[in-house]
Formats: sequence, structure tokens, C-alpha cells
Amino acid sequence: MRIDEKGERIPLTIADFDAQKGTVTIIFQEVGKTTKQLGCLSEGDYISDFIGPLGNPTEIKRYGRVVCIGGGVGVAPIYLKVRALREAGNEVISIIGARTKELLILEEELQEISDEFYITTDDGSKGHHGFVTDVLQKLIDERKNIDLVATAGPAIMMKVVANVTRKHNIRTIASLNPIMVDGTGMCGSCRVRVDGKTKFTCVDGPEFDAHKVDFDHLMTRLQRYLKEEKLALERWG
Amino acid sequence: MALRQPMPEQDPKKRIHNFDEVALGYSAEQAVSEAERCLQCAEPGCEQGCPVEVDIPEFIERIKEGNFGDAIKVVRKKNHLPAICGRVCPYEDQCEKFCVLGKKEEPVAIGRLERFVADYERRKGFKIPSKPEATGKKVAVVGSGPAGVTVSAELAKLGHEVIVFEALHAPGGVLMYGIPEFRLPKEIVEAEISYIKKLGVSIKTGIVIGKTISVDELLEEFDAAFIGTGAGLPRWMNIPGEDLCGVYSANEFLTRINLMRAYLFPEYDTPVRKGKKVAVIGGGNVAMDSARAALRLGAKDVFIVYRRSEKEMPARQEEIEHAKEEGVKLKLLTLPTKILGDEKGWVEKMECVRMELGEPDESGRRIPIAIKNSEFTMNVDTVIIAIGQSPNPLISRMTEELQVAEQGTIVVDGNSMTSKEGVFAGGDIVSGAATVIESMGAGKRAARAIHEYISR
Repeated sequence: MRIDEKGERIPLTIADFDAQKGTVTIIFQEVGKTTKQLGCLSEGDYISDFIGPLGNPTEIKRYGRVVCIGGGVGVAPIYLKVRALREAGNEVISIIGARTKELLILEEELQEISDEFYITTDDGSKGHHGFVTDVLQKLIDERKNIDLVATAGPAIMMKVVANVTRKHNIRTIASLNPIMVDGTGMCGSCRVRVDGKTKFTCVDGPEFDAHKVDFDHLMTRLQRYLKEEKLALERWG
Repeated sequence: MALRQPMPEQDPKKRIHNFDEVALGYSAEQAVSEAERCLQCAEPGCEQGCPVEVDIPEFIERIKEGNFGDAIKVVRKKNHLPAICGRVCPYEDQCEKFCVLGKKEEPVAIGRLERFVADYERRKGFKIPSKPEATGKKVAVVGSGPAGVTVSAELAKLGHEVIVFEALHAPGGVLMYGIPEFRLPKEIVEAEISYIKKLGVSIKTGIVIGKTISVDELLEEFDAAFIGTGAGLPRWMNIPGEDLCGVYSANEFLTRINLMRAYLFPEYDTPVRKGKKVAVIGGGNVAMDSARAALRLGAKDVFIVYRRSEKEMPARQEEIEHAKEEGVKLKLLTLPTKILGDEKGWVEKMECVRMELGEPDESGRRIPIAIKNSEFTMNVDTVIIAIGQSPNPLISRMTEELQVAEQGTIVVDGNSMTSKEGVFAGGDIVSGAATVIESMGAGKRAARAIHEYISR
């Protein structure tokens, strides 16, 4: 997405779609200049460019019991997965987390379509006081047979999720969110280390085996433009 | 015989502080004087050196008469991007190489004259030829770089309806994302594209064929499709440290600067690292562009690190000269082996080994061989990898039945048709990374084949 002539190209996830109306839904959190500017638009306003869908679709099939874990704005990509996995005959347990209850999204929608549904907040303002992985660990302890974990959200959260499931040998898929420019495999800004190999998230991903992703490397690369991001935001604000 | 007219240029000391065009273009007087040098050979050699077959002596003769409007008409008959070709073509290896004057002195400056008439036309305002009768046939063109644009213009002139699909938000392909403003102003690319649109070609940006729409879906709506998606996949050295912060593919570095205008950050939103000590790995035009762009971003030291000697560099001589004038330092016969980072994951140093040249390989260039115990370390804060691009794999990955060669290029027959009926291809996606004009030549050949195919 590029908001206007001088805008940066940023990757966003499709949270929902309506093929009949020809619309897609995106959910974004106002964190930087582009997303804050996007938040100032009203119905009927235009954005300059919207390109996609890019990357590879999630592999949807009957796994058995699946736990879907979304953190912050990463709940958006989880929603469509939960729906599709349910339709494919899976038992789906959803866990969503945020810093505080105001930042929780798609609560009701997910509750409605999940077999079980859990909320966690870092500050305890809603649901479990703690992290999504606390709930995940409890589920694993109570019930042995979890066939798949799918996660999206902050890199640190996905890293901890992967650490938990690795111990129990549960297959885990993470949807990564690195910095991108073109989104078509041309630049390599979004390169990540998976199983020791370099992959482009935009065309090889965005989903990878979470046990093989180098999350520390991802977190380092996400910090590349912190100074510039701050400057752009200050200048705009 | 008068000497070849020199190209007026921005002073190197000044130009390293701006992204404005380096070469300023001939004045009318210079153009006429240069045109007067042409001998108007009965059997001109220059034309055989032009991949799009411009009638060179004819347009030069019109310049000599001072008839610049007619001169550009002659060029336009064969070349749809004259202001671009007049800037970035390697004339010294094409038309000018065959100029008979070149045997004893310097050849006629054909490229500069082409640029002159194209710039003259743009300043005066384009005159668009009358539209031909519509044939009712529709062709989809994938990619709006030099190949795609040429195919489109040729087919539109024959009365076919052409829709171009461009994945990025601006048309022009490598002309927009790859070649920097100081060598090819984006205003010029936009003007040339506007001419193509006036011929009746419609360009849809932000549509990724293979993702948004598949090639099969295109064939349901169009009588034929042309794939000109170029060589956009960056190559890596495959050495440790390549994914540290501060290491860029030349594609990313240049796309941020050219397409996204990161050199104007924060007026434009997209940032780019402004390194102080920059190493650019590679010896081609893209390496020169990256090095010169890094200088303009404010780097104190910019090194071109190349494993052979200057003689083997694939970059145009003119680009190497410009880079040297501006203060880019050549570190020749040097091969990086490892990039080292600091505790925060940012580039700090680069380990290299010195090379010597052995026997020539099949390309005729001498093979570089590492010298034992010659390892050394360079302090750098930014590394740009410019060792070439491979064909963009998106469409071939997403399209069954499309035969692809080992290097990722799409295979075509003698009529530019791929293994998929009705799907044609040309430019870098077929040849591997080449020049703007070669892609245009391929576009021209493909247009002829497509015209025949849809008119059958």
C-alpha cells in the first residue's frame, strides 16, 4: 500500500474480503507516519496505490486440532485462517493477546468462529493477565494432541511461541512481518534466515516453519530505520 | 575534419551534491556542427549497429539542415524511447562502433544527436501520429520496461488494443527503479511513457500478473500476451554477513533512491541509509550507479570492489570515467569473502582477498585467482551488492506450461513465442540481464511475431 505520491510502500495483511462486493478489509495499528496518516482518512477518501495479494496463501487442510495465536495487529491475519481452518474441519482454538484491552481487535468475530477462545493482556485489563504463551503452555499441559500452531504478531511473541512448541515438537507456522519495498521479490529488504538459508518473505513467505526462523535476526532487521521512522513521524505530527 | 563536439556536463565538484542530470545535452549549434561531421556514407555501417534499426544518416542529415522536427520524425519511425536511448545506450559498442570516422578519429556522436532531437521534440511538445483503424484484437503486455513499452507502441501503431500491466506503482520498469535521476531524469521517462499512452496504449499500474491476475486469466480476455518482466532478481555473493543491517542489494538501494526518492527523505517517506564508508561490490553499470548515488547521499568514501582489473569491467567507459571524476575509488583485483557486523547487527568491516588474473575464460575475460595470504580488512558501514540480476521468477513460478531455462530465463522459439500458445516473451526475462536497447530490439521482433499471430 502507498498512501500518496510521497508515501512509503508498506505491507499490510488482508483481514477479510467480500468477493461479491469486490472489497478487501485491512486492519492497521497507528504506529508510524504512514499508519497515522491512514487513520486520518475518512470514508470516500482515496489512497494512491493498493497492490496484491502478494506472497503465498496459507496451506489449509484438515490437521486435527489447531491453535491460532495472534498478537496485537497480528490478530488480523489470524482471523481468516481460523475461519478457513474451521471450514476445513479442524478444531480451532484461538488465543489473542495485546498490551492492553483497548488494543484488542476482532474479539467477537473470533469468539464466534472458534471452538475455544482465550484473551490475554500484558496489563491484565482483560482476560488472562500475562502472555499468549501462558495459555498455550496450559493447553499443551492439559491436552497432549495439538497438531498445529499458527501464529502472527510481534516477532518477539512468535519467537516465544516457537520456543514453547519446539519443546513439545508441535508443528508451528509463523507469519513474518519484515520491512518490504516492492513486495514482488526484487529487492531483498524482507530477507529472513530460515533454516540457515536466506529467504524473501514477500515471495517465499510470509509463512515459514517457526522452529527454523531466526527471530533474533528478524528483530534486528526490523530496527533498521528506527531513527528515520521517528523523524518522519515527528515531522508529520 | 572538425573534432567531435564535447558533451557539456555539470562540474564533478558540484554534481556530487545533487541528483540533477550530469550530461547537459548539446546546444543547437553544437548539434549542427556535430551533424556536419557525418560523411553520409553510401553504405552506412552505423545502422547495422542499431538494434532497433534507426535510419541514422537520414536523421543526422536533417539535423545538419537545421530541420530538427523532421529529424526526430525519422528517429521515431523506429525508436519509441529516443530521449532514453540517447542517454543510456552504449553507443560506443553499437552505432558509433561502425562509424567510418572512428577508424581514424572519433566517430560521429550519434547517441548525443539522438538525445538532442528527442529533447528538442519534448520541449516543443509531442506531435502524435494519427491513429490507425482499430483491428479489434487485444494484446496484454506484462511489464512496462523497455521491452514491454516497445511491444506496446509497435502493436498500437498497427491498430491493436494494448493494455500494459505493471506491478509497481509507476510505469517504466528498470528505467524508473534502476537507473538514477542523474543519468536518466524520471521526468524524461514519464514524458516518453506519456507519448506511448498517446499512441493509445493503456497502462495499469499496481497489478502483479501471476498474483493479482494469472496468465491463464489474461488469455481468456486477450488474443495474445507478452511477458517482459525483466531481470529483477538480485544476485548475492553467498558469503557470511550478507544479511546484516547496512547490506543492500543494488536493486533495493537504487529502488529506494530512484522509485521511492529516498534521497529526498524526509520530504518523501521512504528512507535509505546514508553511509559514510560505502563498498559497492561489482563492476557493471549498476555498480557505478550505486556508487555515484552513495556519494550524492553524502558518503565520504565510496569504493568499487571488483575482482578483476579495470579493463574487464562490464560498465561503460563513460560511467567509469564519471564515477572516477566524482571521487569513487576503485579497489580492483579484490574479492570480498566475509562481511562483519557489530554487536547490534550493523555492518562494520569487510574481509577481502587480493586476486590476480589467470587464463581467459569462455567470455574472453581473464579469470581472477585468489593470491594466498593476501587477506585484508576494509572498514565500511554500508555494503551494496551489484553483481548482477537474474530473471524475475514470479510469472514462471505461477504459470504452468511455461518452459524455463536453467538460469531462470523463459524459453522462446524463433518467433518470440513461449512454450505456451499465444504467450510471447522478450527482453531480459528471455536473454538474461542486458541493455535497454537490446530489450527494445527484442520487443520489436516480438511485436512483429504477435502481429502475425493475431492477424492470422
